[in-house]
Amino acid sequence: MKYFSKIYIFLILGILYIPIVTLILFSFNESSSTALFTGFSFKWYYELFRSPETFEALRNTLILAASSAIIATVIGTAAAEGIYKMRNKLAKTAITSVTNIPMMNPDIVTGMSMMLFFVAVAAILGISYENIGFTAMLISHVTFCLPYVILSVLPRINELGDSLSEAALDLGCTPIQAFFKVKLPNIMPGVLSGMVMAFTMSLDDFVISYFVGSSDFQTLPLLIYSMTKKQVKPDMYALSTLIIVTIFVLLIITNVKSGRKSAHSGMGGKKK
Amino acid sequence: MKKRNSLLRSIAAAPHVFWAVLFIVLPLIIVVYYAFTDADGGFTLENIAALPEYAPIFLLSLELSVIATFICLLVGYPLAYFIAKAKPERQKLFIMLLMLPMWTNLLIRTYSIMAIFDDGGFLNTLLGTSIHIIGTKGAVIFGMVYDFLPYMVLPIYTCVSKIDKHMWEAASDLGCRPVQVMTKVILPLSMSGIISGVTMVLVPSISTFYISQKLGGGTFELIGDTIERQFVTNALNSGAAISLVMMVLILISLSIMNKFSDSEEGGIIV
Repeated sequence: MKYFSKIYIFLILGILYIPIVTLILFSFNESSSTALFTGFSFKWYYELFRSPETFEALRNTLILAASSAIIATVIGTAAAEGIYKMRNKLAKTAITSVTNIPMMNPDIVTGMSMMLFFVAVAAILGISYENIGFTAMLISHVTFCLPYVILSVLPRINELGDSLSEAALDLGCTPIQAFFKVKLPNIMPGVLSGMVMAFTMSLDDFVISYFVGSSDFQTLPLLIYSMTKKQVKPDMYALSTLIIVTIFVLLIITNVKSGRKSAHSGMGGKKK
Repeated sequence: MKKRNSLLRSIAAAPHVFWAVLFIVLPLIIVVYYAFTDADGGFTLENIAALPEYAPIFLLSLELSVIATFICLLVGYPLAYFIAKAKPERQKLFIMLLMLPMWTNLLIRTYSIMAIFDDGGFLNTLLGTSIHIIGTKGAVIFGMVYDFLPYMVLPIYTCVSKIDKHMWEAASDLGCRPVQVMTKVILPLSMSGIISGVTMVLVPSISTFYISQKLGGGTFELIGDTIERQFVTNALNSGAAISLVMMVLILISLSIMNKFSDSEEGGIIV
């Protein structure tokens, strides 16, 4: 039984990695074939680094992910505090349900609704859709990141309870001081993991960006999509390999740093 | 201090409430508006009336995604269970290995499967065969299973690893055979993980358009492809109508599932 379970884990994880390993392998292929390995070369990486498109997409992706993560974290943390303090049960349920809509809805529906919204906004303001491209993208990303931030902060606030902030208030803090000096440092792990979640969600998003985005603001997933539409050369593989390696390194760093904290804390977040 | 009224107490939630109304509720209202109007903005039921046309596509999406979800559950449950039973430091490694593909962009993962299974792809070159895989239902289902398996495993793992170790002992002390321990104790206790895993696989599978585009080889049209096509061809009103129906169906089934899982949990706690 012990052996069986080990073999099973390795088998499934192995299958999970075959496509990724193949992809990494062929990114070093000398020819442009993605089926036959003819020799080792860095040629596709050179090609990739020579294209200004890649760098622009990378820059855009990072700017978008960082700004949406920061905005979502600020609004989301405040929201978690507000929701915690809410006495009215009905209002509480209503707010959390609405917040969770982007998380429950298929991305394609969220993307469609956001796109229609911004088309309408552009029409009302009488400007072309391209002019609000980045803003539209940023607002959409903040919107689908918010539930993840709230879900990661709210349990911390619940856990912390009221006693500490009440003590701070009794000792003469204003409510705002009490929040920033006492509560925030205590819920910081939740805030940070929410921010990381938001950052990665934004980094990874294709569907919503695809619907909302306009041609002048290309992100990496959008670039990959347009690359796979055409005849694929291994430069897409090289780009993917670089992304995978970056994620792998980041994952190792965060795991080593978080120490004993379970690696999956952000996941399974669909429930509560 | 405590006498501040409840509105002021929760003032911190105000920006979020504002945001949610403006950017979640309003866009959904606009979807409804588009679904019931024509290109010139006049009221029409045409978009809704045309929906039965898409029923076969919707049923195909449902069929493929349900099969994929079922396979994910069959493959993923034992995986989650075995990982939860492994040594703690091993568990962390396995979960990390499971999460890495999940953090790799969906497009990349799907594309790499295509490159393997393609007619002149890696597998056929390796075996020297010409098996035609891309364009079959099997390929699309495989893609869904491969892309979304971690979403099934993680919630189940979280759930199983939280089950008290003494449950196994207690159940077998009270005369359960190992199979019974599984079916009567562990499975019911991991129900909430299963439900959240099923949701997390089913929703993206049923609405995908990239997987069917790449692995369906252009022969498949799923409901996600239909919406995407309406978007590309700028047939926004009919796209909005399909999105609306899909959203309503999914939100209804999710709330039913959540009710079911909540009552399960409640029953266990009591």
